[in-house]
Amino acid sequence: MTTAVSATITYKVPKRRHPVVLFMMHQPLGAAGLVVIIAMGICAAFAQWVVPFDPLTVDYAAQLARPSAEHWLGTDSFGRDVASRIIYGARTALAIGFIASFLGCTGGAVIGVASAYFGGKIDLIIQGFMDVLLSFPIIVLAITVVAVLGNHVVLGIDINLIIAIAVPMLPRVERVVRASALAIRELPYVDAARAAGYSHTRIIFRHIVPNVVAPYLILLTAFVAQAILAEASLSFLGLGVTEPTPSWGLMLSGAAADFYQQAPWMIVFPGIAISLAVFAFNLFGDSLRDWLDPKIKL
Amino acid sequence: MLRFVFHRILLMIPTLLGVAVLVFLLLRLMPGDPVQIMLEGANVPRHVIEAERARLGLDQPVYMQFFKWFWAVLQGDFGVSMWTGRSVIYEIGIRLELSLQVAIMATILAVLLALPLGTLSAIFKDTWIDQSIRVFSIAGLAVPSFWLGMIVILLLLTWFSWIPPLTFTSLWDDPWTNLSQLIWPALAVGYRYSAVSTRMMRSSILEVLQEDYIRTARAKGVVERLVVARHAMRNALLPVVTVIGLEFAFLIGGLVVTEQVFNLNGIGRLFVQAVARSDYTLLQALVLLVSVFFVLVNFLMDLMYAFLDPRIRYR
Amino acid sequence: MKKHSALLLCAAALATAGAMAAETPKSGGLLKFAVGAEPPNYDCHAQTSFAFIHPVRPHYNTLLEFDTAKYPAIKGDLAESWTVSRDGLTFTFKLRKGVKFHDGSAFTSEDVKATYDRIRKPPPGVRSLREESYADVASIETPDPLTVVFKLSKPNASMLSNFASPWDCIYSAAKLKQDPRFPERNVMGTGPFTFVEHVAGSHWTGRRFEGYFRKGRPYLNGFIAIFIAGAPMVNALAAGEVLAEFRGQSPADRDRVMKALGDKAVVVESPWVCSLVVTFNTKKKPFDDQRVRKALSLAIDRWGGAQALSRVALVRHVGGILRPGYDLAVSEKELVTYPGFSRDINASRAEARQLLAAAGVPNLGFTFTNRNVAMPYTPVGVFLIDQWRQVGVNVKHEQLETRLYLAAQQRDNPTFDAALDFNCDFMDEPNLQLQKYLSHDRSAINYAQQTDRVLDGLFDKQSGELDRKKRYAILREFEKRTLEQAYTIPTIWWHRIIVHQKVMKGWHMTPSHYVGQDLSDVWLDR
Repeated sequence: MTTAVSATITYKVPKRRHPVVLFMMHQPLGAAGLVVIIAMGICAAFAQWVVPFDPLTVDYAAQLARPSAEHWLGTDSFGRDVASRIIYGARTALAIGFIASFLGCTGGAVIGVASAYFGGKIDLIIQGFMDVLLSFPIIVLAITVVAVLGNHVVLGIDINLIIAIAVPMLPRVERVVRASALAIRELPYVDAARAAGYSHTRIIFRHIVPNVVAPYLILLTAFVAQAILAEASLSFLGLGVTEPTPSWGLMLSGAAADFYQQAPWMIVFPGIAISLAVFAFNLFGDSLRDWLDPKIKL
Repeated sequence: MLRFVFHRILLMIPTLLGVAVLVFLLLRLMPGDPVQIMLEGANVPRHVIEAERARLGLDQPVYMQFFKWFWAVLQGDFGVSMWTGRSVIYEIGIRLELSLQVAIMATILAVLLALPLGTLSAIFKDTWIDQSIRVFSIAGLAVPSFWLGMIVILLLLTWFSWIPPLTFTSLWDDPWTNLSQLIWPALAVGYRYSAVSTRMMRSSILEVLQEDYIRTARAKGVVERLVVARHAMRNALLPVVTVIGLEFAFLIGGLVVTEQVFNLNGIGRLFVQAVARSDYTLLQALVLLVSVFFVLVNFLMDLMYAFLDPRIRYR
Repeated sequence: MKKHSALLLCAAALATAGAMAAETPKSGGLLKFAVGAEPPNYDCHAQTSFAFIHPVRPHYNTLLEFDTAKYPAIKGDLAESWTVSRDGLTFTFKLRKGVKFHDGSAFTSEDVKATYDRIRKPPPGVRSLREESYADVASIETPDPLTVVFKLSKPNASMLSNFASPWDCIYSAAKLKQDPRFPERNVMGTGPFTFVEHVAGSHWTGRRFEGYFRKGRPYLNGFIAIFIAGAPMVNALAAGEVLAEFRGQSPADRDRVMKALGDKAVVVESPWVCSLVVTFNTKKKPFDDQRVRKALSLAIDRWGGAQALSRVALVRHVGGILRPGYDLAVSEKELVTYPGFSRDINASRAEARQLLAAAGVPNLGFTFTNRNVAMPYTPVGVFLIDQWRQVGVNVKHEQLETRLYLAAQQRDNPTFDAALDFNCDFMDEPNLQLQKYLSHDRSAINYAQQTDRVLDGLFDKQSGELDRKKRYAILREFEKRTLEQAYTIPTIWWHRIIVHQKVMKGWHMTPSHYVGQDLSDVWLDR
């Protein structure tokens, strides 16, 4: 008796997974970074409900208290709860980080695309100006811009600080975006499209922009990290956010510097917060780059 | 080749001119009057203040001040600091050695770490070696160097009851004291620097390993170790050297904050003090100096790149 | 019995001898101390900062000086003795013999005359910040090389103290004749130490002047002043790298250093001739209304605040326009009757709310401009804002970098609402401390912009009043009006804390960090 071998070939249809899930599977480090970022975002957005204490309330009775059950991360020289100030600090860091990065990267991208597309004299002039800006190290330019603009706080956000951090980003983003845009610009079908009578706007948005989206997103994440560090540095130097606004960099300067031997928690935790934030953004940005376009050299 | 060099040098001039103008304008827009700051708290009559402003040349229209300054700069005269009255070149000169030394030490540290770590990370891609080196590198990017400096000092003081020497001794006078002061800031700044370089090295080697000639070498039966050492590394070094060069210029930024923490009498701290005092002449010279340095380093990197990679020259 | 007392006497004698032996100053050693900032140039007459006094003062002498062991007593420095005429218009100084400058030239009365002429009538290009102090001097005569006579045009109660000012360094007349700006870049005086070097940004070194007129002094071989501030400075103190810092440390610094050094260090504390004041911009609504200003002053719990703040900041004392502890300052008994100084803070706050309502601004909101300096501006600023919150006033804290802060207060177009400012001087002297409260056109450090001729009149009256009791009474009138009008209000007085190593002896604490810094009596016990 012959046993008929069933000749069914089972063909496994690969499950269509959501790109985000695929990303998390292939880039575990990046996923970890993303989780931290989202956690920070939640802290920042819902700070009022998350914090155990009001970050601004002065309580002289509890000055310089060690971390305890009541104050998880201790208190500072005003008796303000360090943990609450760190959570609110996330708000300052992320707000300034995102806005500055968004402004800088979008500005740089627009200039880069325009410069690449229109070419010729416009390109030359823009490049010249960008070269001048590029000649300044980031911190030096940021300090100079802050020095010139002074403080101007609107809706609790220091606009001049954001501009000061965004300005050094412009030329650096512009350079990369311009390179990507140029690659498309050189392609024959762009000339063909012009010949066919398509408007500038259409060509830019249809052909060039999609090509620069990848580097733009990568730069955006990378520069959020830079912006957070820049804000911390400037606040540390006394040129950024001022008391009593909670900011991680600010928490490291002033009284912290004086008290840090008695109350090391005053500097250890804000420093960890800054490092964690920048770490997370870098991990995520790296993985994003590996995922979207490994060939990009930034 | 010469045409390329000449062309690039020519391009530098308008850039530097632009920098000079921008710096001058920015600073004059800065709120804060150097005379007011200097005389702060003193009950001085108005005519004394006016006399001071006139002495510093601040009573003249801005464009006049610019031309006077620019003309002097072209002749090599950077003027005197508005705060101390001493020549700007002197003020910068006595502090340059320290900052340069810290920068060079940080660079050496970066190179010593980046080359081996980057290579290992690339060869053992996606293994735990790679992951841990990547985490180490990203931590270097994430940790603010000034915070790292504060922690280092705190630990030194708590564990050893020791602080680095307070005043600067030149390396040539007393190497031991000199190094015991400067190794710490070099570490704090160098860690970040090495992180960037390590990552660059890694991605550069990865890219090179994709190249055809590597496949050829492997096909020929060359031992993997030699493949990496002789073929991959040499070609991967080019972009890495460029990045190291560029990051060296970036170091200036890191120095600004680190010198505050370690209380070093360097250019970074001078810059912060000059901003606080609205010392225009000193600031102009400092920013111009740093920018020129930046531009020069960029130029040298381009030059080296062009020299080593003939494809670039003929663009 | 006799044997006993004899033994006791012997023991006592030995003990005393032992104690005295321990206190005999030893010669030698190098004093290393920290200075928080650096002097921009070397001219005493053109400076206002302690950053100048600490490294430079040891190179010079003044006519008179404060006897720091018995502050505020005054003794002669270059002057051996002096007499003041009965009407207070003539000051005659007899100078010491055999005093030499560092370059070997002899010191005479000509040098005193040249110095004071430079201060009160600076030649073009020379900056002299204390012209006003000597405005009443009509002439300076030098009848012989060892006598100087100052003639005043009207009596001035502060003139004797002026001569003890640490800022009026005596320069060489010969050098000034060659170049009136010589002292800006050159250090050449009669002081106990000669100038060795100044490495900008780093340190300042001085060496003993072997030809110093006080025989046996200075005890030290030399000194090094290292320019460091903030946490690095405290680290240096804690590690024993510097023996002292002569401005003052915060309570936290003191605790840290004491913990690190144990009984190698000693703490000395004193009230300080320095106060924090709140200035209202009287040209801006609603601060042009006296009720609003007074209300904001009443809202501050100065007594309670002083206690809390003294734990974290270098402030402690509650006082009015003059330093509590100074003999011309108001007694505490009378002080508590002044507006804003009552111990019943609830009553004061109730009155404050009433005044604000009467002025039509019950829910006032404004921006409080403060310096960006941690100690003590930040804590006091935060404290004040909290106090105003308790009377329903909503205040935004704006901390500006010094140059931006000064820009906001500039004379021609000030933009601030209310600001926290300091009122510090080198000595207790109403003519100095009251400058802040004078009318705008009379005082360069008045930022409140007011014109009040009553206050000006009272100031002039007390300035010419040589009888101390009468002067005290006039000062009380001035003070009461100042607190009532509240253009600028005193909030709290500073507290000076110095932690230094025990081996450094011969230095005495005073309420001023500007006096007693010539280091001629300092010695190292090792």
